[in-house]
This record gives sequence, C-alpha cells and structure tokens, in this order.
Amino acid sequence: MKLHEYQAKEVFADAGIPTPESALATSVDEAVEVADALDYPVAVKAQVHVGGRGKAGGIKLAENTAEAREAAESILGMDLKGYTVDRVLVEEAVDFTNELYVGVTMDRSEGAPVVMVSERGGVDIESVAEEAPEDIVREHVDPSFGLQAYQARNAVYDAGIEQDVAGDVAKIVQGVYDLWADSDATEVEINPVMVTSERDVVAADAVMKLDEDALFRQPAFADMEEDAAEDDLEAKANEYGFDYVRLDGNTGIIGNGAGLVMTTLDLVDYYGGQPANFLDIGGGAKADRVANALDMVFSDENVDSVVFNIFGGITRGDEVARGINSALEQFDEIPTPVVVRLAGTNAAEGREILNDDLVTVEETLEGAVQRAVEYADEEDIQ
Amino acid sequence: MSILVDDDTRVVVQGITGGEGKFHAEQMIEYGTNVVAGAVPGKGGQEVAGVPVYDTVNQAVVAENADASVVLVPPAFAADAVFEALDTPLDLVVAITEGIPSQDMAKVYKRLSEVDTRLLGPNCPGIITPGEAKLGILPGNIFEAGNVGLVSRSGTLTYQVVDSLTARGVGQTTAIGIGGDPIIGTDFIDALELFEADPDTEAVVMCGEIGGEDEEAAAAYIDEHMDTPVAGFIAGRTAPPGKRMGHAGAIVSGSGTGTADSKISALNDAGVPVGDTPEEVADDIEELL
Repeated sequence: MKLHEYQAKEVFADAGIPTPESALATSVDEAVEVADALDYPVAVKAQVHVGGRGKAGGIKLAENTAEAREAAESILGMDLKGYTVDRVLVEEAVDFTNELYVGVTMDRSEGAPVVMVSERGGVDIESVAEEAPEDIVREHVDPSFGLQAYQARNAVYDAGIEQDVAGDVAKIVQGVYDLWADSDATEVEINPVMVTSERDVVAADAVMKLDEDALFRQPAFADMEEDAAEDDLEAKANEYGFDYVRLDGNTGIIGNGAGLVMTTLDLVDYYGGQPANFLDIGGGAKADRVANALDMVFSDENVDSVVFNIFGGITRGDEVARGINSALEQFDEIPTPVVVRLAGTNAAEGREILNDDLVTVEETLEGAVQRAVEYADEEDIQ
Repeated sequence: MSILVDDDTRVVVQGITGGEGKFHAEQMIEYGTNVVAGAVPGKGGQEVAGVPVYDTVNQAVVAENADASVVLVPPAFAADAVFEALDTPLDLVVAITEGIPSQDMAKVYKRLSEVDTRLLGPNCPGIITPGEAKLGILPGNIFEAGNVGLVSRSGTLTYQVVDSLTARGVGQTTAIGIGGDPIIGTDFIDALELFEADPDTEAVVMCGEIGGEDEEAAAAYIDEHMDTPVAGFIAGRTAPPGKRMGHAGAIVSGSGTGTADSKISALNDAGVPVGDTPEEVADDIEELL
C-alpha cells in the first residue's frame, strides 16, 4: 500500500522529520486560500500515484495568488497517465543549494533492511544505482536491534555529506529508519532531502509504502487505505479482500493461486489476447467469493470475456461450479461470455454441475484461454 | 529415494486445533504421513485428528520424538511459532502461513543463520514425497512416485505442472514449494543442491516467477554445479512493474529487476529450456529423461 505524498508528509511531521509547510486542497478556491496562507513561492503538486508527475505537468510553481489559481486550475481535474487529479498539495517552495537522497527498504537478497544515503538526490535514484552504484552508500541493519546511531553517521559521512549539515542529515536517516520499523513499512524514501541556503535540511518529497500484511497491527495506516487506493476498482478489491491488479486489456481473469493466475495472464498474451486484470480468488470456494470475483471483473468496462481457471487442491470443483451457477443466475443477461476450466479435486463433478447455458466449459487451461481470447476478439469487433 | 521427508519423518502440527490445522492434519494422516502430535498453547491434553496435543513444541518433541513441524498458525502469530520450532530445535520447519509481516520474517531470517534447522516457506504449499509423506496442504492425489524432482514458488502452478506430468506417467521423487514471499528459508539453490545429490532424481522442474533475483542465481548454480537436467517455467511475463501480483514477493521493481525476461534468458543461457506453457514444461521433461 503506497501512501500519497500528503499522507506521507503528515506521517513524517508526526515522526519529527522536517518537511516544508504545506496543506492539502481539493478545489481551486481552497488551493488559493491555502497558498495565500503560506509564503510564496509555492509548489502545487498533484496527488496521484504516478511517476514523473513534474514532467507530465502535475507540479507547478506559483509566485503569487494569480499564479496559484492558474496552477490549481490546470492541475485539478487533469488526467495524469489515466488518473484524474482530485487533490493537490500546496507547499512552500524551498530555496535549496543541494539535494540529497535518503531511503530505507528491505533488501530481499540479504533478508535484511538496508539504509541508503547519497549526495546525488533530486534525480532518478535508480539510474544513479545503475550508472554509479558507488555513489549510493548502503548500510544493512540487524532488524532485531534496529539502526544504531553510528551506522547512520557512517552512512552520512561515507556519502560525503558536508560536515556542517551531516548531524542533521544523520538525524533524518535515523528518523526514517525508526519510522520504517515502527510503521511496518516496506519502503520509506526522501528524494530529495534539500539543504537550504540557511543550511537547514528538509524532506522535500516523501515516498512511503506499507506492508499490507502488517496493517492488522497498524490501525492508523489501515485507516488511510481508502484514500490511498489507486482507483475505484482497486478500492473495491480491498473491500472484497482479493489480490487484484488492473491492466488495460479486455480478457478478464479469475483464478486461484498467484502463480497460476499469473500464468493464465501470460497465456492470454501468448494466444494473442490482452489480459484485463489479475484476480486471485484464493483458497476455498465460498459462493459469495465466487460472486464477488465475477462482480469485480464485470465492473471493468473494458472486459469483453472472462476466463475462470481453478486448480482445486483444497478447493473443490463441485463447490466452485455451484458458486458460478448461482452467481450467474442472478443476471438477466450475463455481461460477457464466461469460460470455465476446472481441474483437480472433484473437477469432473464440477464440470457436470456447470450450466452450459451460462458458461462455456473447457477441460484444459490452454483450451480455456484460447476460447476466452476468441470471445474477447468477437465482442471487441461488435 | 527422496529428499527431506519420507516414511520416517515424525511431524508435529503447530495450530492443529484451528480449522485449517485440523483439516490439513487429517489430510496429512490420511495420506500416510507420520503425524505424531499437535502443539497449541493452552490446548495441551486434548486429542485432535487422533494425535495428542501439547502446549509447546518442546513438550511435543520430548514426548513424541518429533523431528519436523508444519506451521498452520494465523499470520499474526506465525513468526513466533516459527521461532519456537527453530529453537526447539527440529530438523525441518514447514511454514504454510501466508501474510506474515515482512519485518517479522527479517528477524526469523537472521535467526535461521544461527541454527541448524531448515525452514521451508513461509507462504508455501509444503513438501511431498509421493507415497511416503506430505507436510503441508498439497493435494496428494495428483502426485505419483517417480524420478522427477520439482521446486516451485507457487502452489497451484505446481499442481498444474504435476498434473501434466502424472497424466503422462511421469512420477516425482519429491516436490517442494519454497513459497511466494520475498524472504524465505530454503531457496531454489538449496533445493537444487538436494536434488542434484539425490541418485533417484533424474530431472528437475523449477517453476519461478517475477520478483527478486533467485532464479538468476539458480541459473548460475545450474550452469556450474548440476549434472541433473532441469526444465524451467517462469510466471509473470505480462506483469506490470511496481504491482504486487498476489504473492508478496511477485513484484517487478521500478528499476526493472525481477522481470520474467531476465529470468528466462538467465535460465536459457544455463542450458535450461523454459516452456511457454505448463504443457511445454512436461514436454521438455519427457525429452530430458
């Protein structure tokens, strides 16, 4: 779960990490009001989960009220790579001399958290990592003991941060690690940390991603989930408790188990179709989950056909079949053709139970995918 | 022959009094697994699925001489259950639970380096030696004893491939689910090493997926150290970057590490055929045998 910049900055401020003065606005008038209450110049920043917001016109500087209005008018309501901007963060622009990078993430190959510091902030840090990995100092942390103060100092001095601000930067590094650990984050990143002309340091951007598996013990972050959702369908998936990812194709996919669902997407592509989504229905076969999964996929207006692929281990084919029948019987007209492939436990019984008037039954995974792709193509032409 | 588990493995099921725990303990016993005890705090003295329950893993080990455990405990308590099993100690701990917070797993991972116990998982379907023992939730009926080893990050994808193999009369020595989390105990290389050393395993199927660089490391290992032929499959060719595809570990990073392309070409470079479909993996295995 990724927080919006404004959410992350609130969290930073609470954790004592310095951020520029800012406030959120959802209308042009509100944005102007907020801007006037701050010191100009201000930055007006779109709050959507899209990389490269600045280049795409989602961040604008304003020197005065008129410019703030103009900036808010152009950004609010704009379409940024498929997402409509409904919120902007209005923030005091920082007069900076240099830009640094501070981040904490889980290094999966080491199975341990790693703190990263670089003098080369303000640019795409991943390209720095590729071109000049030595410019990013990495310090691995024993998660049982947490980041020790000396480790933060080591990282900051080894990164070549100037001595007069090194102490303050080390404090930010410590704050970011502690926040990462306390909030069950997977990633906390500040790019850039700005050094101002007065030699203060401030977090000018804020990226924070949280471990969805730990939200049960992070109630404050769980409350932010709805506002953080990428789009309506993903919010709906959260509500239903599905692993769901929306793509831009027209063949809807429902299956059980992450690897098999990914494989089904890959096969749709392999047979010339375009996957519309990833949806893992998980173990078990409760009728309401089957109905919710179909509802999710039918809610995507791009979907022209659906492939429902279940390999039953614990999941029983007969139960899935009954669930599919009863879900589809609710419709006067089924929104798109549905192809079902059942394998594993009680698959033969399941195939018997499935109502041929409602669905197309296929015996093999490959056959089911090819059929669904054909249907999607036909629907698309119509 | 087989690896890690067989007729003699004595299993304690952690979480045996829960719905999932009881169901799968019964399934394991029905399959012929030597389940000797359950362990659930506060439930000692009960009997579930025909085996005695103890309050602690240590009590179960002392009383019943267990040497392996299956963790079927809800995610909030699972890391603690794994620590308990690691410290008892046991030879093998199979953590089925999906959704253990990653920071908990980082602590478990550190502890693993200090003990001799092997961890499988978490977020895995377990391990099965067909006809002898299964530790986990795999559907036993699709497996058949034979000469192909299987190691996979995904449960149902494993079933799909095994089903194709069994339908062609190709049986398995042992099938291992290593789990779909970013931080896991036994990894591809560990499993491949065990299969390479097993005289009965004549070919190995390796099912990987996007995220991380374990498949690339495994490809290098195969190239340098393995005589047993390997056939591969990689799920997630169509996954967009930055999105978690169901498994916590199945994510292509923004910088482009962990892509299916990178894994497929690493495996191909190591002489491993990578099927475009699960059926093609079964074709490849038939050719390699």
